[in-house]
Order: sequence, then structure tokens, then C-alpha cells
Amino acid sequence: MLTLLIFVPLIAGIFSFLVKGNGAKGLALASSLATLALSAYVAFETGNGPLGFSMPWIPQLGTQFSLQADGMSAMLCLLTGIVMPVVIIANWNKEVERPWSFYGLMLLSQAGITGVFLAYDALLFYFFWELALIPVYFLCSRWGGERRIAVTFKFFVYTFLGSLMMLAGLIYLATLTPGADSYSWANITRAGASLSPENQSWLFWLIFIAFAIKMPIFPFHTWQPDTYEQSPTPVTIILSALMVKMGMFAVVRWLLPVVPSGVAFWTDTVIVLSVIGIVYASLLAIVQTDLKRLVAYSSIAHMGLMCAAAFAHSEVGMHGLMVQMFNHGINITGMWLIVSMVENRWGTRDMSKLGGMATSAPQMSIALLIIAFANIALPLTNGFIGEFMLFNGIFQGASAFSMTYMVVAGVGIILGAVYTLNMVQKTAFGNTVPMQVAKDMTLNESVAMALIVVLVIFLGVYPKPLLELTSGISGAILP
Amino acid sequence: MTDLVYLIPLFPLIGFLINGLGWRTIPKSIGGIIGSLAVLASFAVSLGIFFEVRSGVSKTVTLFDFIETGSLHIPLAFQVDSLSALFLLIITGIGFLIHVYSTSYMHDDEGMVKYFAYLNLFVFSMLLLVLGANYLVMFIGWEGVGLCSYLLIGFWFKNRDYTNAAKKAFVMNRIGDLGFLVGMLLILYHFGTLTYSDFFGQLQNGNAPVSNSTYNWIAICLFIGAMGKSAQIPLYTWLPDAMAGPTPVSALIHAATMVTAGIYMIARSNALYNLAPAALHLVAWIGCATALLAATIAIKQYDIKKVLAYSTVSQLGFMFMALGMGAYTTAVFHVMTHAFFKALLFLGSGSVIHAMGGEQDIRKMGGLGKHMKITQITFLIGCLAIAGIPGFSGFFSKDEILGSTFAGNKAIYVLGLIGAMMTAFYMFRLYTLTFTGTFRGTHEQEHHLHESPAAITIPLIILAILSVVGGYVGLPAVISEHHMLGSFLSSSVTNLGLHEMEHSTEWMLLGISTVVAIVFSIAGFAANRKPSFAPNTGLSKVLENKWYVDELYDSIIVRPITAFSNILDRFVEKMAIDGLVNGIGKTVRWGGDRTRLLQTGQVGFYIFMMVIGMTVLFAISFFWIG
Repeated sequence: MLTLLIFVPLIAGIFSFLVKGNGAKGLALASSLATLALSAYVAFETGNGPLGFSMPWIPQLGTQFSLQADGMSAMLCLLTGIVMPVVIIANWNKEVERPWSFYGLMLLSQAGITGVFLAYDALLFYFFWELALIPVYFLCSRWGGERRIAVTFKFFVYTFLGSLMMLAGLIYLATLTPGADSYSWANITRAGASLSPENQSWLFWLIFIAFAIKMPIFPFHTWQPDTYEQSPTPVTIILSALMVKMGMFAVVRWLLPVVPSGVAFWTDTVIVLSVIGIVYASLLAIVQTDLKRLVAYSSIAHMGLMCAAAFAHSEVGMHGLMVQMFNHGINITGMWLIVSMVENRWGTRDMSKLGGMATSAPQMSIALLIIAFANIALPLTNGFIGEFMLFNGIFQGASAFSMTYMVVAGVGIILGAVYTLNMVQKTAFGNTVPMQVAKDMTLNESVAMALIVVLVIFLGVYPKPLLELTSGISGAILP
Repeated sequence: MTDLVYLIPLFPLIGFLINGLGWRTIPKSIGGIIGSLAVLASFAVSLGIFFEVRSGVSKTVTLFDFIETGSLHIPLAFQVDSLSALFLLIITGIGFLIHVYSTSYMHDDEGMVKYFAYLNLFVFSMLLLVLGANYLVMFIGWEGVGLCSYLLIGFWFKNRDYTNAAKKAFVMNRIGDLGFLVGMLLILYHFGTLTYSDFFGQLQNGNAPVSNSTYNWIAICLFIGAMGKSAQIPLYTWLPDAMAGPTPVSALIHAATMVTAGIYMIARSNALYNLAPAALHLVAWIGCATALLAATIAIKQYDIKKVLAYSTVSQLGFMFMALGMGAYTTAVFHVMTHAFFKALLFLGSGSVIHAMGGEQDIRKMGGLGKHMKITQITFLIGCLAIAGIPGFSGFFSKDEILGSTFAGNKAIYVLGLIGAMMTAFYMFRLYTLTFTGTFRGTHEQEHHLHESPAAITIPLIILAILSVVGGYVGLPAVISEHHMLGSFLSSSVTNLGLHEMEHSTEWMLLGISTVVAIVFSIAGFAANRKPSFAPNTGLSKVLENKWYVDELYDSIIVRPITAFSNILDRFVEKMAIDGLVNGIGKTVRWGGDRTRLLQTGQVGFYIFMMVIGMTVLFAISFFWIG
């Protein structure tokens, strides 16, 4: 079952290169719907305990093809399963050059991302980590904006350097337990935990940098606004809704339990960086004029909050993190759909040239309002539950400065309202004439958007299913 | 009946969904009827609940688990007791009248159905706020009303000033909300619950392992939330700007209901505040300062709605003064009477604005009484009530507030009395400039002057009656031993031991209040009978410009933050951090060029080959072993 979750997009992706014309789009949709069904089934099944799969892979290296789906993996696979069809449906009417390779690469990336969430073997994890990254690299550099080459190069070098350091760290850990399964999660964590606190302390950074770049955490974030801005929107969605979660997920699975003493030693440093990042990114978001850059900084602020809670060492915070990973993925997908609809219609993302959408495209404006208020965590939208639990977690954290962290992070909710409502005002309100002529959402856009909006409100009013799916995680991670 | 409490918010929610989903197809009049009926249905259920609560029922109704994780257990539950029952009646009762009023007032607006959807959503959120059995449900309602306030202030979204006002309201409330959030987290941390009954029970047992300063901190954090929602210093400047919304919205949200949420919150938390004397002290002084500051501004405003807006801020200040004395029922009493007469005054001003064709400047009004008798008389009743003329509702509640301050803090009493003087003065200034004398507008406007239709005048009449009789539920002790409202609320609110006053003292206070109200009402009338509108100078100019507080906030908060953000964007982000990253990148590239190990642009290719290699390796082993 778990292997299918990876192989369906992998094989569909490879086949896609062979299909000429627009058939690739249909293939991609079929594949993504199939993975949605599979991931829903997996999420349902994990209610009875984690699913696992394991077979030998390269015993000489000490690595196995070992997968496991617990609540967190299942939740993230489900998120991937939802986001992919939404992206494909929303872009159904948009012509892309060479659709076969565009959609092929998208599917390959999906396979990689799913693999990351499921891998239970460190080398396999690394393998999928790179498999997810490389298609995105090509997608950005081929279908991106004007400055795509320089930006993609930066993005690539940045993330790749991190990955290499992580690989070095993992190899080092694997050498501590020789045998046919030295990369297994159990052996890696056992090896890490047995190291002296000094060794764990440097090993922490060797592994963490890769994840910090991916999330990204201040000050490792500068690749992100550029990359989001220059990538084609479907790719931006994959980057921000899914790949960013890879970093967060990896912290929980491959960092916190692996070097516990190192984590304990650096907790305050990471939380301080995260909290600075929240305020810093929020302040920058206020002065952005480009919609994509605004959303990018907004996302950095949200990830900062999640990362702070991940390190706060509290049960509520960890559970909130699970909920928020999912909800952030849903919300930011909605945000990008709006941005891309605006860009397709009015040919610009510059907010100073926009305005009056509420007159010409009221449905789009309603969707924008709902997503915007979910972005600032209004109660009864899905953004609230997670954020409340995250704040709670940071506040109840082990650190002596928990109260200060919480209040400074809380400034983010005020600034969040400022930049988000600025965005709403500048795009939807006002009386700008050129924006008066435009079509409201088309059918396929409405379908994609409706899915997001329904999730936003349903999970905001009744978060129980999501809370239950991920309820066992915090206990498993926190000793 | 109490088990059906969920129906109360459900009706407006259904109304919102119908009008919200069908806003393009539903005809205007139908939309108005749906919206009004939804609130009427809630009112009917609220009445039923009220009578049951009066016979002593108090219970919690749980709907479902909202957040359920390890140590955190927060249900979506409703609290039915006397305090919530009273607020239910105010919200649905006045809410219904304002809905009816709106069917006529908004009839020419193309967005009328949308308007009713928002209005119902507001009522839903407000009901959630007062019905919640824990702070989180209150917070849900709290943010919900903030959202509706935002949507309705910016209802005419083409006007940039209006949407700015909407944004300002939301952001200022968010500052308060942070306080609320921290307060909730503190409660959760120290007491492990957000449910009122658990929390207050622990407080009353007195065995909670918490220091006095913790009580004060929690109380102050919650009060910061109240400052935002109930427009107290320093977070009050959004409320006058909120007058950008349609006038019935100002009456419902920004006078009668939403802005009293802060008072509700503190009255609800009476068990906490009774243990937090320092916080109460702060509440009293902030309330007092706000009451005075806003009253001074109201004296020199020329926009009919702005006068009423500052008056609302000032009256809210009075309520906080009472809260600060620990006289929670007194504050709630004033919430009720204020809801009657301030809704009346706003709706009356709406009737005037309607007749004047949108004009709000009282310098261009005058002598309107001749053309619109019902509006004039009901407005006058509202003025008499708010000024505190004996016999009208405002007299009883305001006198009770002043009495509590006299017993608790003489300095605040004196300042409060000065506030009451100014209230009488600016209200009769407003009345005189609007309704008496000669008309100062254009001929065309004069030609159009007319009394408003029944859908507008009937709510005015009903509110006028309530503004007269509403005070008799709380007669002063010297007149009647039985304080109806006080004994009704006593099951859910415990006042901080009020000092019993000598009857002679109480008569003296009543006398002073009466004299002050009458003298300054007449003064307000006399001073404005023959108005001249020369440009203001000196103090008057400062007052007309609202003490320049908006300008101050702009120059010490808004602009520095924007400037700082710009500096971060240009220098820190693009030059320092990104510059460093690019510098490292260039060094690597340079090194790469030298050693010819890496060729620029080819890196990806190598990595790709590596992954392909791994895939092949994997595939081989997969088939070979498997």
C-alpha cells in the first residue's frame, strides 16, 4: 500500500515523458486522484496503528527499503494527495509548454515528497529528499520568470549544500552501528542518543541546517521569496505547501529523536531565531508590493511559529504543529490559487496596480477574504486551532523564557493582520477602473477553490478528525 | 427550554447562510425579511430562556469537543445563566429592531442582501461570545464580531477611507486580542482549564497555588483585550473612524452590543477580578480617563455620528469605572440602558442623515424638528436619558455608577461628575444644533426634508419607550429596597462588597446628579441656540482635532514601523543576509572555477546523474533481490 503511494506518481511521471500533447495533463490528474484515494485509505488505516513495509535494498551499505506511516506521515501524505489534484485542476485551462515534461516532473517530485514522508531508513530518506528537489529545480529553471536561472541556481546550491551536510551527518551516525540495517530509524536514533552531548551538539547543526533552509528559518530564508516569485505558480504551491513541510517533518522525525541532547542544548537558540524570524518576516511582508513576495514572507512567519513550537518541547505544541502543518498547506495553496488567478486576469502581481476586484470578480473576492482570514487564524477557520495550540505549546515550553517567546511571537498576529488586510484592501477593494473588466472564476478554478474553502471552514469548526489522526505523535516523539 | 439554547445562535447562522449563499439571486425585500425573522426567532427563544433563568436555572450545554488533545480539553459549550440571559435579550431584542430599521434604511443599496448576511453573521458571533461556557468560545465570538465589524465598516468598499477605517478597527482590536490570548494561556497554564465553572470554582476554593500578582496579571491581560473591543485608552481611536459603516451598523455594533463585550468579559470574570485589586484599580482609572477624554472631544465635533461615537467611548468609560469599583451589576445595568438610548440616538441620527440626503455635518442642519416630529421627540428622549435627567433610564444607571465611585474612590467620583456635566452639555448642543433654530443647509436639501417611513420610526418609538422605563429595573436603594436587576444577576455575578451608604448621603448624591444634569443640559441648549461657526482656535481647535491622538499614533507607531520595515527590506534582507549568502556562493564558484571540479551550471546535471544512479541501483536490487 505504502509503496503504491510512491510508485503511482513515479511511474505515471516517467510515462508522462512518453505522452505527446495534452494527454499528460489527464494522466497527471488520474495519477493524482489515485494517490488521493490511496492516501485517504492510508490515513484511515493508521487509525489502527502505524503501517509498515520493509525489504532489503542495498545491504552492503546497510540500508533497507523501509517505509512507515504513522499519523504524521499519513497526514502529510494526505495533504500531498489533496494539493496535487487541486493544483492540476486549477491550472487545467492554462497552456504550458511541453506539458509532458512539465507534468512528468511534477509527478516525479510528488513521488519524492511522498517518499520523504514515508521513509523509515535514513539513506532512503536522503534519496527521496533529493528526488523531490531535482524535478523542482528543472521546473523552476525551465518554466520560471525572467530571473529564473540565477534564482534557481541560488535555490539549488543553497538547498543542496544543506543536503550534503545532512548526508554527512547521517553517514557518520550509520557507521556507529555496522550491519545490514545501520540506516534504519531505530539504529540511527540509538546511535545518535548514545553520543556524548558535545558530539550531539555539533551533529545537531550538521543535520539541522538542511532542514532550516528548507523550512526556512531566519536567517536561512533568502532563497525563498526569490524562488517563489520566479517559479511558475503550480511549482510555487508544491514548494510552499509541501516541500516546506519536508523540512518541518524532518525536524520531528530525523532530528529531535536523533540528537536529543544536542536539541536540548540548542533549543533556546533555535526558538530565538524562529521568533525573530516571525517578527522579521512579518515586518518585511508589510512593505512588499508583489503579491507573491508578500505571501512568501507571510509563509516564513508562519513556519517560524511552527518551528518555535517544535522545539518548545511540549505535548500541546507538538500536536498543534501536526495540525498546523496540514492547515498551512491548505491555506497557502488557497492563497497561491488566488494570486495566480489575479495574475492570469490582470497580468500583474503588483498590488499598487490592482484594486476593485470585489466589483468585477465578487466570487474570487469572497474566496480571497476567506483565505485571508484563515491566514490570520480567525477562529472557525482552520488556521486558528493550530495557532492556538502552537502558542500554548511555546508558552508551556521547557525554556525559562517561554513567556517572552510567546509574547514576541504574538506580535506576529498583529502584524499578520496588517499585511494580510493590506493585501485584501489593495486587491479587492477600491475602484480601480482597469480591474473592472474581467471574468470571475471559471468552473475548474471554482472546483479547486471550493475544495480549499470547504476544508478551511470544516476543519475550523470541527477539527476533531485532524486532531485524532495525529494524536499519537507527540507522545511518540517527546520522551 | 435551556437545552434548546443552541437554537439562539443557530437561527442567525441559518439566516447568514441563506442570504450569504444567495446574495445575488434573493430579492432585496426577501433578504431583509429572512434576516429579521432569524433574529426574531432567536429573541423568542431568548425570552423563554430568560423566564426559566429567572426561576433559578443555571446550566452548561455542551455541543461537541472542539479541541481535544492530551492535557487540553476544550468543548464547544454554552453557559445559560442570568448574565448571559440578559445579554441575549439585549442582543436579539435590539438586534431585531435594528434589522427592521435596516430593511428601510438600506433599501436603495445594491448590496442589501449581502448586508443582511453580514448582520446576521454578526448577531451569530455576538451570541456565541456571550453564550460561551469557556474563554475559548468567548474568543471565537470575540474575533467573529471583529470580522463582522471589519466587513460592515468597509461595507462601501469602493471608498478608500472606509476600508482604511475597517482595517484600523481590525488591527487595533488585534492588539487587544493578543492580551486576551496571553490571558487565556496564563489561565490554562496555572489552572489547566478555560471553562468558567472550573476556573471560578478553583478561585473560590482559594486553594489554587497561585500568587496575587498572577491574578493581577491575568486580569490585566484580559482587560487589554477589553480595551481593544470596548474602545478604551489607548486603543479607542478606531471607534470614531468606524462610523464609516452604515448607520444601523453603528447603532447595533458600535453602540449597543459589540463594544460592550469588554464589559461583559470583566463582569463574567468577576470571581477573578475580585481577587485582583491592582487590576481593578487600573480598570477604574483607564475608564475614568477615557470617559473624560472622549467627552471633551465630543464637545467640538461637527459630524452628528462622530459626536455620538465619542459619546459612546465616554459612556463605555463610565461602565469601566463601575467595573473598577467592583460594581459589576452596575456596569451591566448601564450597558442595558445605554443600549436602549444609544441605539435610539444612532437610529435617530440615521433618520436625520436619511432625510438630509447623506449629509452628516450638523453645521448644515438646524430646525429639522419642524419636518420630522417623531425623530425629534424620540431623539430628545434619548438625550434626556443619556444626560441623566431624573425619571429617564440613564439617570438611574449613571447615578448608580457615580454612587459606587463615591463609595470607592472620591477622586474618580469628582472626575466622573465632570464627565457627566460634559455629557449633558454636548448632547444638548447636538440636539439644539440639529433640531431647533433655522435650517442652514441648501434649498434643495430643505425641499427634501421629510419624516422617515414606519419601518424606521417604529423602532425609534419602541427604543424611546425603553429609554424611559428601562431604568426602573434598578431603582436606588433610598427609593426601593428591591433592586430587580441586581437580584436577578446575583446568581452569576458577585460584586465586590459595596459599601452601604447612609440614606442622607445617597439623597445628596442624587441631588447633585440631578442638578448637574439639568444645569448642563440647559447650558448646552442655551449656548447653541444662535450658533456661529467661526474657525476654532486654541483649545477648541485641539478638541476639534481630537487632541491630535491619531496624528501622534501615526508619527510614533505607524510611520516608524513602516520605515523600519523598509530599512530591513533594503539593507538587512537584500544587502546583509542575501549579500552574505551570495558572497559565499561566489567564493565557492570562484574556487570551483579554479579547481575545475565544478562547472557553473552543470551542478544540477551531476546531481541528477547521481539520483538516476541511485534509482538504477535501487531498481536492480529491487528486481534482483525481490
